[in-house]
Amino acid sequence: MEELLEILKELHPEVDYETCTTLIDDKILDSFDIVSIISEVNEEYDVAIPAEEIVPENFNSAQALYALIERLMDED
Amino acid sequence: MQQTNILEYFDETIEKYPDKIAFANEDYEMTFQEVYDQSRGIATFLSDHGYYKEPIVIFMEKHPKMITAFFASVYSGNYYVPIDSEMPRARIELIFQKLNPRVMICDDTTYGLAEEFPDFSGEIYRYDDISASKADDLRLDEIRSKALDTDPIYIVFTSGSTGIPKGVLACHRSVIDYIENLSEVLEFNHDTVFANQTPLYFDACLKELYPTLKFGATTYLVPKQYFMFPVKLVEFLNEKKVNTVCWVVSALTMISAFNTFKTVVPKYLKTIAFGSEVFPIKQFRRWKEVLPDAKFINLYGPTECTGMCCYYKVEREFELDEHIPIGRPFHNTEILLLTEDNQLAKPNEPGEICVRGTSLTLGYYRDFEKTNEAFVQNPLNDKYPELIYRTGDIGLWNERGELMFVSRKDYQIKHMGHRIELGEIEFNVNMLDGITGCGAIYDKKKEKIVLYYSGEMDQAALVNLLKEKLPRYMIPNKVIQYPAMPLTPNGKLDRKKLMADYEAD
Repeated sequence: MEELLEILKELHPEVDYETCTTLIDDKILDSFDIVSIISEVNEEYDVAIPAEEIVPENFNSAQALYALIERLMDED
Repeated sequence: MQQTNILEYFDETIEKYPDKIAFANEDYEMTFQEVYDQSRGIATFLSDHGYYKEPIVIFMEKHPKMITAFFASVYSGNYYVPIDSEMPRARIELIFQKLNPRVMICDDTTYGLAEEFPDFSGEIYRYDDISASKADDLRLDEIRSKALDTDPIYIVFTSGSTGIPKGVLACHRSVIDYIENLSEVLEFNHDTVFANQTPLYFDACLKELYPTLKFGATTYLVPKQYFMFPVKLVEFLNEKKVNTVCWVVSALTMISAFNTFKTVVPKYLKTIAFGSEVFPIKQFRRWKEVLPDAKFINLYGPTECTGMCCYYKVEREFELDEHIPIGRPFHNTEILLLTEDNQLAKPNEPGEICVRGTSLTLGYYRDFEKTNEAFVQNPLNDKYPELIYRTGDIGLWNERGELMFVSRKDYQIKHMGHRIELGEIEFNVNMLDGITGCGAIYDKKKEKIVLYYSGEMDQAALVNLLKEKLPRYMIPNKVIQYPAMPLTPNGKLDRKKLMADYEAD
C-alpha cells in the first residue's frame, strides 16, 4: 500500500488518498493519470492491469485500487 | 453561385435529412431540424437584441446544444467564442479582458458561474430560455446576404508564451477551404458517423461539426470520462456504429496500449485520422492489425491555419524507430520550408514550416503586434503583398518528398494532444506569492511536464493554486522544489541544467 500511495502522491500531492473515495467521480484523476498509474503499478508490483479491469470502480479510491492489485497478484 | 458562407452547407442538408440525428451525446440527440430551428431562433433573438458583428461567448458544457449555439452566432452575423466550463476562472477572465464581450449564452450548469465573473458586464442568456424563439427568415436572409466570406465565424484561444492566451480568428472562406479539402482526403459522406473526442473550445472539432452539416452525417460527442476506460470507450463506438474518428494520438494509444483489443474490437471503424503527436509505431501496428482494411491518415496543422493543413495516408510499413510523415499540404495550400536566412530548404535540410494559402486565419483578435510577428510577408516574394504563417515548427522534406516533423523552435510543446507554451506555465507560477523562481521542462519519453521551483510553498499548495489559473492539461505532472533556480551566465533560467538534473535523477 505504501508504494501505491507514493505513486499516487507523485501525481497529485494535494489529494488525501487515505480518505478520498471519489477520485474518478470528482474528476480528480484524468486519463493521463490513469495511464501513468497503470504503467507505474506494472513496474512496482509487476502486475499488468488488463483492459477489462480499467473501470471507474477500481480507480475511485486508493483502497479499491490496492484491492485490485492484490487480487491480480494472487491470480498470478 | 460560389459558396461564401459556411452555413450554406446546412441549406441543402435540412431539405434532405430533416429527421436524421445530427449531433448527440450518450443520452441526448438533436435532429437536423431541431438544430436548424433552434439555431435560427436564437439567431433571431440575438439580432432582435442588437448584437451584430461581435463576439458571442458560448459558455456551456460539451453538448449538442453548444454546437447549435455556435451556428446561431453565425446565422446572426456574429462570431462565436467557445468557453469551457472546466477552464479555470483566471483564464476565462483574461479572455474576457481581451474580448470585452456584450453577451454570453450559458446552460443550467454554467449560469451560476457566469454571473460571478467580475470582468463581464454584458447580458447572460440561458440557452433553454431563448431556444424556442421564432426564426425571422427574412431577417436572417438579409444578414446572410450582407455577409462576406472574409467575415469571422469563431475565435478560439490558444496558449501564449507571455501567459496571455491568444484568440485566433477564422473566417468563412478559410473554414470552407478546410472542410472541402479535408472531406475529400478523408472521404466523408452522408453515412459517416463521427465520434468526437476533442473539446469544442478548440478548432479541432471543426473536423466533425461542419462535415456533419455538409453531408448530413452524424456526430456523437464522447463523454470525456470514457477516455480513461478503454473497454467502455470501444463499446460506445460499437453501440453507436461509429465509422470515423479524428482523435489525438494519445486517445488511440490509450486503447491499444492496454490490450483492449483482446476484450473488444471496434467493429465499424473505417477511417482513423490522428494528429497533434507522434504515433508510436508499436501502437500503430496494433491498430493496423485489428483494422487491416481501415484507412489511417496523419494530420498536421496549426490553429492559425484553420485546423489542419497537411495530411499523410499511411500506405506503407514503418519500422519501430521511424516516424510517420506529416506528408503533403491539402489542395490549395502550399508549405514553404524556410531556412534561417529565409531560403527554401533543400531535401533533408531542416527549415521552419511556413504556410501559404486561403487556409490562413485572420490572425489574433485585438493583437496586431503578435499577428504581424507570425503572419508575415512571404520573404520569397518582393512583388506584391502575400502573407505566410510562420508555424515555429521545424520540418524537412525526406528523400521520398514527404514532409517530416522535426521539432519546435521555441518552448512550445505538444502534451496529450494539447499545444502548450511552457512559458505560460512558468508565467503563472512566477505570479504566485512566495515563489522566487521556476522553470518547466518536458520529458518527451514519459510525456510529463516537470516543474522546478524555488520559494516558500509546498508542492501541494502550489499545484492547488495552479489549478485555479491553468487548464487541467497544463498542470505539471511532476513538481520539484529547489533551494534556488540554476541560471545561465547572462542571468537567464538555465533550462539545459534543469534538463540535465532531471535526466540524472
